[in-house]
Amino acid sequence: MIELERVSKVYKTGDLELRALDDVSLRIDDGDLVAIMGPSGSGKSTMMNILGCLDVPSSGTYLLDGIDVGGLSDNRLADIRNTKIGFVFQSFNLLPRTSAIRNVELPMVYAGTRNRRGRAQRALTRVGLADRADHKPNELSGGQQQRVAVARALVTEPTMILADEPTGNLDTTSTVDVMNLFVELNEAGRTVVLITHEPEVAEFAKRVVTLRDGRIVSDERR
Amino acid sequence: MTLWESARIAMRGLRSNKLRSALTMLGIIIGVAAVIVLVAFGNGLQRFVADAFGPLANQIQISKDQGGVGAKDLTDADVRALRDTGRAPAIATVSPTVGGSAQLQLAGGGSYRTGITGTEADYLDVANRELVVGSFFDDQQVTSKAKVVVLGPNPVASLFGGQAGAALGQDVRIGRTTFRIIGVLAANGQQDDVAVMPLGAARSYLLGGGDVVGSVTVRAVSTDAVPQAVEQATTILDQRHGIRDPEDRDFTVTALQSLLDQSSQVLSFVTIFVAAVAGISLIVGSIGVANIMLVTVTERTREIGIRKAIGARRRAILQQFLIEAMVLTGIGGVIGILLGIGISVAAGIVLPQLVPDFPAPSVSVGSVVLAFGVSLLIGLLAGGFPANRAARMRPIDALRHQ
Ligand SMILES: Nc1ncnc2c1ncn2[C@@H]1O[C@H](COP(=O)(O)OP(=O)(O)OP(=O)(O)O)[C@@H](O)[C@H]1O
Ligand SMILES: [Mg+2]
Repeated sequence: MIELERVSKVYKTGDLELRALDDVSLRIDDGDLVAIMGPSGSGKSTMMNILGCLDVPSSGTYLLDGIDVGGLSDNRLADIRNTKIGFVFQSFNLLPRTSAIRNVELPMVYAGTRNRRGRAQRALTRVGLADRADHKPNELSGGQQQRVAVARALVTEPTMILADEPTGNLDTTSTVDVMNLFVELNEAGRTVVLITHEPEVAEFAKRVVTLRDGRIVSDERR
Repeated sequence: MTLWESARIAMRGLRSNKLRSALTMLGIIIGVAAVIVLVAFGNGLQRFVADAFGPLANQIQISKDQGGVGAKDLTDADVRALRDTGRAPAIATVSPTVGGSAQLQLAGGGSYRTGITGTEADYLDVANRELVVGSFFDDQQVTSKAKVVVLGPNPVASLFGGQAGAALGQDVRIGRTTFRIIGVLAANGQQDDVAVMPLGAARSYLLGGGDVVGSVTVRAVSTDAVPQAVEQATTILDQRHGIRDPEDRDFTVTALQSLLDQSSQVLSFVTIFVAAVAGISLIVGSIGVANIMLVTVTERTREIGIRKAIGARRRAILQQFLIEAMVLTGIGGVIGILLGIGISVAAGIVLPQLVPDFPAPSVSVGSVVLAFGVSLLIGLLAGGFPANRAARMRPIDALRHQ
């Protein structure tokens, strides 16, 4: 379960102060499928990074399954990112010059999982890239890279999948495929939080949270 | 996360960017090779100086003091006493010579008057001379008083028109005895008007003189032992000649002390020079290694961010980068050693052909160990520090790093 309590994120550039998140409180229950929407620069990625334990709030607390993440050691945070969370970046963040399958294997390497090759191959098959396993990121299209990033996020079977515009580079068919995958994972009991600009994508969600200027302006359940 | 796993990640990292790995290694190779080659050149120079001064620097001349009333000659018995290693442990060799002059005469006409030196088989070493052609007489020919002679360049010039090859094997009459010419000395500018023959032959056929020795050249066991050798020789001869007051001494013992001082001074300059060259090239090499490691690791902050975001612990990242640094500096270091030795050996073959007498570089084990050790250390530090710093960053900051 995710609980944000009065979380703010302030960026200081020179004497300019920018409140990317402004006093946001949000609670996401286990097994939910949430879409986060809002205009560019409204703070969606900022919030997602905090949820993914990649960044820390300037103020406020983040409770993950009842534990205050702010008080955890660097190693505990690494373990949480490794086992509990599957993160899909807006800009993919695949290792360059490294094949798709090795990229997908990477989280399992740090988890010490066995039979990585087989599991990575299955994850790639699920995103429809079984035949691209040996391609390096620069040999893949933007949409294919994005799907490799999705495969990497789901390969460890984390309880939470956080995806920053996972369909931003995909055509309609691929978008539907990836969204069906997220729905499938959600039906298997996983929490899915995804950022999107597209209303069609938000259609798949059970709940839609809208941000504007770092604040939640609407929160609808469907 | 096992060490083995880290090593596999590291090797994959090295292989996935071959150009970067090669460039990093190149920095190390050049650094290590430079240290080895420069030190080898310095060593060669040092050895050259030592060789040039060494043979003369441990020599001591003993001769009779002329003019003293009742002065005793140096004799074969004196020589035997000096050769007693029990009483003179600092003395390595003792070479007596007798001198005079005589007429050389060829059967086909032509004659020339020159200095006669009667000596033993180690004359070339003791006098630091070389032959142009032929060979020198050996111990057996000394003992048997063989009638053989080695001519200096002046008699050869006069009797054979300077043709050393023509002189070799010819017979020459000296006094009333016929000698066979078995060798010709190279010029040394000082004792070129000479004919050298076995000590006993000079005495028996030309100079007479019983057991009298003209002068004795003594060599100390080492340059450092010269003062002791002088003291031991003086003590022995004092005793044999019945000298109580040094004022009454009828012989002089002279070490080539000035040469000795000069050589040790030059040697110490060369030693300091070699150390300075090694130090500077080591610093330059280290900066190269540190520089390339710093640049590549900083450039890879984003990669570290990705690994952290996916759940890598700090330790795992540090291990990966340290192993990468170790493999690069290790392989680069070994190649650098081989290259450094190769260049030194090649220079030792090629340079003396281009520049006569150029001192051949000589690789020192110390420089190899030092260069490899320091580059490994610098590689680990320069690879480890920035990797550690990047691994401490929040994943998001590392990911945003440009
Ligand atoms: N590291 C940073 N330093 C300074 N300002 C930042 C930083 N990161 C984000 N911002 C600012 O915070 C605001 C929110 O950024 P964020 O990336 O969360 O937007 P977003 O909603 O994800 O936008 P988009 O839909 O374009 O991805 C923006 O105005 C951005 O300029
Ligand atoms: Mg964004």
